[in-house]
Amino acid sequence: MTAVRFILDGERIEIEVADPTRTLLQYLREDLRRVGSKEGCAEGDCGACTVVIAEPDGDALRYRAVNACIQFLPTLDGKALFTVESLKAADGSLHPVQQSMVDHHGSQCGFCTPGFIMSMLALYHNNPAPTRADIDDALSGNLCRCTGYRSIVDACRHMYTDYARVELDEVGLMAELRELRRDRGFSLELEAAHYHAPVTLAELAELYLEHPDAQILAGGTDVGLWVTKQLRELPAVIYLGNVAELRRIGVGAEGIEIGAAVTLTDAFDTIVPHYPEFGEMFRRFASLPVRNAGTLGGNVANGSPIGDSMPALMAVATRVRLRRGDQQREMALEDLYLDYMKNAMQEGEFIEAIVIPPRVDALLLRCYKLCKRYDQDISAVCAAFALRLDGERVSEIRIALGGMAAIPKRAPQTEQSLLGKHWDESTVRTAMDSLRREFTPLSDMRASAGYRSRATANLLYRFYLETRPGQALDNTAVNVFAVTA
Amino acid sequence: MRAKETAPGRAIPHESASLHVAGEATYVDDIPELAGTLYVALGLSSEAHARIRSIDLEAVQNAPGVVGVITAADIPGVNDCGPIIHDDPILADSEVQFVGQPIFAVAANSYTAARKAVRLAEIDYESLPAVLDVATGRQQQSFVIPPMHLRRGDAEQALQSSPSRSQGAFSIGGQEQFYLEGQISYVAPKEDGCFHLWCSTQHPTEMQQVVAHALGIDFNQVVVEMRRMGGGFGGKESQSAIFACIAAVVASKLGRPVKLRLDRDDDMTITGKRHGFEFAYDVGYDDDGQIHAARVDMAAQAGFSADLSGPVVTRAVCHFDNAYYLGDVAIDAYSVRTNTQSNTAFRGFGGPQGAIAIEYIIDNIARQLGKDPLQVRKLNFYGRDERNVTPYGQTVSDNVIHELVDELESSSDYSARRKAVAAFNRDNEVLRKGLALTPLKFGISFNVVHFNQAGALVHVYTDGSVLVNHGGTEMGQGLHTKVSQVVALELGIDVRRVRATANDTSKVANTSATAASTGSDLNGKAAQDAARQIRNRLIRFIAEEHGANLADIEFAGDRVSWGSGEIAFDELVVQAYQNRVQLWSDGFYKTPGLSWDREAMQGSPFYYFSYGAAVSEVVVDTLTGEWKLLRADILHDAGNSINPVIDIGQIEGAFIQGMGWLTSEELRWNEAGRLITHAPSTYKIPTITDCPQKFNTRLYQNHNVEDTILRSKAVGEPPLLLPFSVFFAIRDAIASLADNRINPPLRAPATPEAILDAIDALRGEHQ
Repeated sequence: MTAVRFILDGERIEIEVADPTRTLLQYLREDLRRVGSKEGCAEGDCGACTVVIAEPDGDALRYRAVNACIQFLPTLDGKALFTVESLKAADGSLHPVQQSMVDHHGSQCGFCTPGFIMSMLALYHNNPAPTRADIDDALSGNLCRCTGYRSIVDACRHMYTDYARVELDEVGLMAELRELRRDRGFSLELEAAHYHAPVTLAELAELYLEHPDAQILAGGTDVGLWVTKQLRELPAVIYLGNVAELRRIGVGAEGIEIGAAVTLTDAFDTIVPHYPEFGEMFRRFASLPVRNAGTLGGNVANGSPIGDSMPALMAVATRVRLRRGDQQREMALEDLYLDYMKNAMQEGEFIEAIVIPPRVDALLLRCYKLCKRYDQDISAVCAAFALRLDGERVSEIRIALGGMAAIPKRAPQTEQSLLGKHWDESTVRTAMDSLRREFTPLSDMRASAGYRSRATANLLYRFYLETRPGQALDNTAVNVFAVTA
Repeated sequence: MRAKETAPGRAIPHESASLHVAGEATYVDDIPELAGTLYVALGLSSEAHARIRSIDLEAVQNAPGVVGVITAADIPGVNDCGPIIHDDPILADSEVQFVGQPIFAVAANSYTAARKAVRLAEIDYESLPAVLDVATGRQQQSFVIPPMHLRRGDAEQALQSSPSRSQGAFSIGGQEQFYLEGQISYVAPKEDGCFHLWCSTQHPTEMQQVVAHALGIDFNQVVVEMRRMGGGFGGKESQSAIFACIAAVVASKLGRPVKLRLDRDDDMTITGKRHGFEFAYDVGYDDDGQIHAARVDMAAQAGFSADLSGPVVTRAVCHFDNAYYLGDVAIDAYSVRTNTQSNTAFRGFGGPQGAIAIEYIIDNIARQLGKDPLQVRKLNFYGRDERNVTPYGQTVSDNVIHELVDELESSSDYSARRKAVAAFNRDNEVLRKGLALTPLKFGISFNVVHFNQAGALVHVYTDGSVLVNHGGTEMGQGLHTKVSQVVALELGIDVRRVRATANDTSKVANTSATAASTGSDLNGKAAQDAARQIRNRLIRFIAEEHGANLADIEFAGDRVSWGSGEIAFDELVVQAYQNRVQLWSDGFYKTPGLSWDREAMQGSPFYYFSYGAAVSEVVVDTLTGEWKLLRADILHDAGNSINPVIDIGQIEGAFIQGMGWLTSEELRWNEAGRLITHAPSTYKIPTITDCPQKFNTRLYQNHNVEDTILRSKAVGEPPLLLPFSVFFAIRDAIASLADNRINPPLRAPATPEAILDAIDALRGEHQ
């Protein structure tokens, strides 16, 4: 049996894993009795279990806060782990992140606190001077029911300035991590389940052809819940996270190519400079710990009708590159989705990369996400609109919607009806009616069908207000989140 | 000389803060486990109302890792854990009354094994008619307790003679407590049929009692220990009981230590929440906006059993007045039985629901008169010497709402911002701003008189360190910090010498729940009483031993001094010990002067009132109903605060929590009665971005006129009413679309959908 190897508090740990779907949180609390990390929800939505994972990124170390409750233990292989117990100095004194939290009264019941501390630790190392917006982003995956957060924001602001800075021995850690690097994939062939972690695309393609029933695992932000919530057993798992080719990001004349194992965080950081209009939706996509673990490829492959990345990607004519064995093919993203949780991939086929074309000239683009809460909420509706005008006439329009059908979907009828039309109020009013007719959304706990229809039509109107020739409204005139007191 | 009761409070951190941040604070699930510990998962009803025809648990019993299974038949004592009325089965027997009701429990050698096994049960149900909403239950006269009626004067007559009326309906949703630490009980069997329970509960004594009842044993055979909860908010007052009982029954049957920790989805599916309410109102007022009469009909969703609905609805009735004199009043209140979770305590305990109804009505009156709602609010405030008696007959004798609101109005720059909001709204096509100031008055004490008592133990050890144990539980509110401060102040020592220990039913007996905001008031006084007795013994000892004048002896700065001499506290206690002075004491406190006639709904149920007010400014998107809180200013009366930073933490936390209740937190059940918002993925409590960029919270300078602990005021629940200002600011923004003349029919929670509905209704566009 192969041991899973990682670094914890600077020490190399080698463990034999009996169940590859054992979560990192179970391992910490039950096996190591490191009970500082808490379980609040076991679905990556409360952040009480947040830990920090460090990995080499070129010559530097990257710190990522992730939810231990939905990370499978073997995915830790080759990484460095920090938990709330890792922070105190040898003399017992608190880390600046901890001391600032004490001094600014950021804990009440204390149950969420270890998770906050770990998100704050990642912020401390990744951003030397965060704004309020950066702080909010860093802590968007941590729920606190007691404090109301103001004291925690204060603790974040003061953790840099009021205390002597504490650095980690990054050089030493990098050296340790280099020793853990694997040249070849590893497998755990256990009685209960098989776990494969290939390191090359060829290895992966071959494995998946051999085991087409295996569950492909990337960030685990969805598959993790199948285990913790649905108690599903996964007899075979293929982990993409170590496949070098799939971790690549390419930016060139043909556009942006995002490997299927690239995290949402890295994918979004790459896309936003080209398509800044997606910035707010990406910021509101799940939470930072979920984006740090989850992948863009996973979101696309999962194809949930309420996944947020697909409407945005469809609006800019994104394509997916699929691979099966040594065969590759590409298709428009919208063609990947056939029906509710059904896609066009064949047995043994997987997503290799997401290919986003270069930005076209004079593109008018917006993406809107509607839900009950700013941070980490699944959309009732996600709507992306991309428009090009020839003079004041519509020469090209793409409307893509999430939450409105059984799959993420474009609005071909409404798009068609708009082509060649003068981009004015009456055109848009007609198109709003068309959009309401074109989709028959469901009612659920997030919103009623009626709200979804009305709001989606109104979002088209908002898009018009932001793009109407000569008198386009500024973001601060249409977006409550852009307004200040 | 006595310690100065007026000494300003000290802003010290929470006693466990350094443990919290290091992950070293121990919660029940963190306690090192005893060998042989078993893990329990629960089998839940899938039906809202049904007779159980048969239960087949063979596959469950044979599942890997399973050690034992129990059903109602295995309960040796009484199959009930209801706190007041005995209608709360521990395990459903022949009938299930809501989706999620526990029917059986599985004990296995791992948590996952138990959870997997549970799903193998085969239960055959015969469906019965289910009541799933308040309106239906109300119609069917389906109540868990008899309706309540409060009358003052002749409301009908006064309504008829009022120049104007505001009539209508308003509905407000419930709220999940969402304590971050889910419900958990860990039970160890002890010798001679005894049991030790570690239970995340606000009411260890009640857990002791219900477990003893369930097992058919004496109270003295059960010890319940509670060091800290990861949040309670009322959800662990009575509803920790079912889990304590099930764990104890399993431990008793199998003779093994047993842990019952709920998965979040199960927790939310099984346990009760804040009661949602439906109001129908008819209020008479004059041309100035002064209210002459109010008639209100309130129907609370009680769920399948009574639980605490009686006292919750009583508090709703007693807070319908909020800060206002209402003239002649008629209130009818119904606790409607529905086939859903049994709703329970949640911070405010009915008070917020009662009070928001009158705020909604006053908001209506203002708009009907074309006035700023703040004017109408101020006009109706309780008077100091007249118009100062509540509908339930208690005189409001500590009223500071006028001064407090004046101060906030000025410090928040209300009138200038009112103009700025109007200007913004004139210039904006899509976005609208809204502004609102809302006041609060909240009655402090349990409505049940005899709950208003507390006990404490203080031990002074011979190194000068002190241990305090009392009847309250720590759930994050800083109770142990405040009680330790009280003891330290009484003994003149540094608070770091004082350690508060876990609530333990074998130390202080017959305790009340830590609830109704009374934790510090009751237990602080009891601990002070205990410390004072020790101090008095030390005073007598110094007088005898050192010839000091009693009146000259002063305890301060870890030293005790008198005219001619002084001694370090730790040296003094060694001397006292060697001279056989008792260095430990019990203490006791009962709140004076309370009365309550439950039938007539009259009396003086509250020792005093807390006051506060908040101003909120929001911006609303009229196309989608999205909104954002831009700024909040709070002025709150905590009396002479024992610990200002802890009190501010309570106020801000309650504000954001209450804002969640009124906006993003929406409970939804499907047509089969299954709760479909049962996890943080679907139930949205506020997150960090919801905390406004401008958030100014100050304590109002005040001393309690009553002789409370250091003249402080309770601060747990009252500030939950502050975010009414957020809800009414949203309504204000919507109303601007119709020139502030029409009342938007905004329901709570004001989700984007509810806001867009109100906007569309206002525009007459709703389809």
